[in-house]
Amino acid sequence: MISTAIVFSALELGCIYALVAMALFLSFRVLNIADMTTDGAFTLGCAVSATMAVAGHPVLGLFTAMLAGSAAGFITALLQTRLGVPSILAGIITNTGLYTVNLAVMGFSSNVPMLKTNTIFTMLEGLLGEDFPTKLLLAALIAAIACTLLILFLGTRLGLSIRATGDNPDMVRASSINTAFTITVGLCIANALTALSGAVLAQYQRSADINLGTGMVVIGLASLIIGETLFGRGGLWTKAVAAVIGSIIYRFIIAIAMRANLPSEALKLISAIIVVLAISMPAIKKGIAFQRRRYAAMHAKGGARHDA
Amino acid sequence: MMLELNGVEKTFNPGTVNEKKALTGIDLKLEQGDFVTIVGSNGAGKSTLFNAIAGSFIPDAGSIVLDGQDITFQPDYRRSKTIGRLFQDPLKGTAPSMTIEENLALAYLRASGHTSPFSRITKAERELFRERLAALDLGLEDRMKHPVGLLSGGQRQALTLLMATLVTPKLLLLDEHTAALDPATADKVLELTKKIVAEHNITCLMITHNMHAALELGNRTLMMDAGRIVLDMGGTERAGMTVDDLLDRFAKGTGHILDNDRILLSKEQGVAD
Repeated sequence: MISTAIVFSALELGCIYALVAMALFLSFRVLNIADMTTDGAFTLGCAVSATMAVAGHPVLGLFTAMLAGSAAGFITALLQTRLGVPSILAGIITNTGLYTVNLAVMGFSSNVPMLKTNTIFTMLEGLLGEDFPTKLLLAALIAAIACTLLILFLGTRLGLSIRATGDNPDMVRASSINTAFTITVGLCIANALTALSGAVLAQYQRSADINLGTGMVVIGLASLIIGETLFGRGGLWTKAVAAVIGSIIYRFIIAIAMRANLPSEALKLISAIIVVLAISMPAIKKGIAFQRRRYAAMHAKGGARHDA
Repeated sequence: MMLELNGVEKTFNPGTVNEKKALTGIDLKLEQGDFVTIVGSNGAGKSTLFNAIAGSFIPDAGSIVLDGQDITFQPDYRRSKTIGRLFQDPLKGTAPSMTIEENLALAYLRASGHTSPFSRITKAERELFRERLAALDLGLEDRMKHPVGLLSGGQRQALTLLMATLVTPKLLLLDEHTAALDPATADKVLELTKKIVAEHNITCLMITHNMHAALELGNRTLMMDAGRIVLDMGGTERAGMTVDDLLDRFAKGTGHILDNDRILLSKEQGVAD
């Protein structure tokens, strides 16, 4: 059965990974850009945060990670807005380069163990005591703050400009907004969020690994789409909160899969299938409707021939 | 002088089999408050002229001066601070998943160049938007929180018109902005256009395929053919013109008859075709 420990761990991880879902909400939904920087930016966040924590600065590590993440987003944006690299390729290129950067940040080692390191979680535990659900509290607090700030930001002049950029680029240029600028700001913020997610995760599980971010863009999209499908109809607030809930549900699905003795290697395949199903649903529905109509039309013709 | 084009030229795909001389030396001067209608055959370069003025591309030669400022090499988003533009496609001018209020706030950005990018829509702005929406008389002022995607084409085009003129532009470019609407709606949007342009004394260029509208609206009419202006009429010369006279003059000026299918279709109809 599912124990309390599993529920807590799913909620905690759900809140941490929700930051990636929010990042993709911004890049994929709002800006309409599939940002392949996500995988690398997540690992970058892990690496920076772990290295900083080992050096004795766990809190500063989170902010440094966000700064590093936004730098990665800036490179991707620069490639696509100024240097004419197609948007998906721009992300893939940055991602590839980040592999080396991430290794370098971890001192050219593929992982950073942090067993005895002080983290934001141990710090808060020291303040609140052992029997408090510190981890969940902190993870939820970070997710809530990030979510609130993101939504407030999207209501500002700059936020409106970013939303319009993804919604109707023609109109944006006619409204005196520089799309190169809005895309850059949007991708910087999205990757700062992704890096923050990695940063919190590294301190949560007390280790950073060069492969932690692999497949993160698909996992984030799966969470985002689960949330959208279940609760996503409505304003910006609903959509952003849906992304957080989607991420938590995704973690529960994973927890159940693990309980069912599915090997953890199978999880990425499951994520991939969830994303494919969710994104292709409109096309599949249309295809089915078309086949039905064709079948009905053929059937009617056949019937008519019998009558004659 | 509000707008001045000097020898503006543009060739697309130069040196290839698809080479197209879209603009071949356009000279044009507009006074403040001029309302100029533009007619011309298919591919005459009317929309290309607008693209040049709005900055969608940089011309190969010539200069463009708006209100004393040379804007020849200014990027499009800078020019749109002072140039409003409407396209034939009503979907082009508004962001569908954002609310009416948010769309207007974006248009209003042009006026608020000095405020912080992190500021939000204020109460006073909301009141202004409501007031201006009410003037359209479409009931949109009660739907400010609705996404624009829910509006009809005509409502969206009226909203786009409001957005383009919310901050009075130095120049308004109307590219057959009523052509995709049904006749009644087109009429309504055209009425609104006349009203707003007159109210704010906006300098305006309007492409139309409706010859009656071309002669009736504004104070000056241009005819374009093969990338140049072949006819430029205003004042008394234009006042006495009929559509047939206009077509006649065109044929004499260019050596061939006007071959715009839509113009010919609309020849028999009234202004509100």
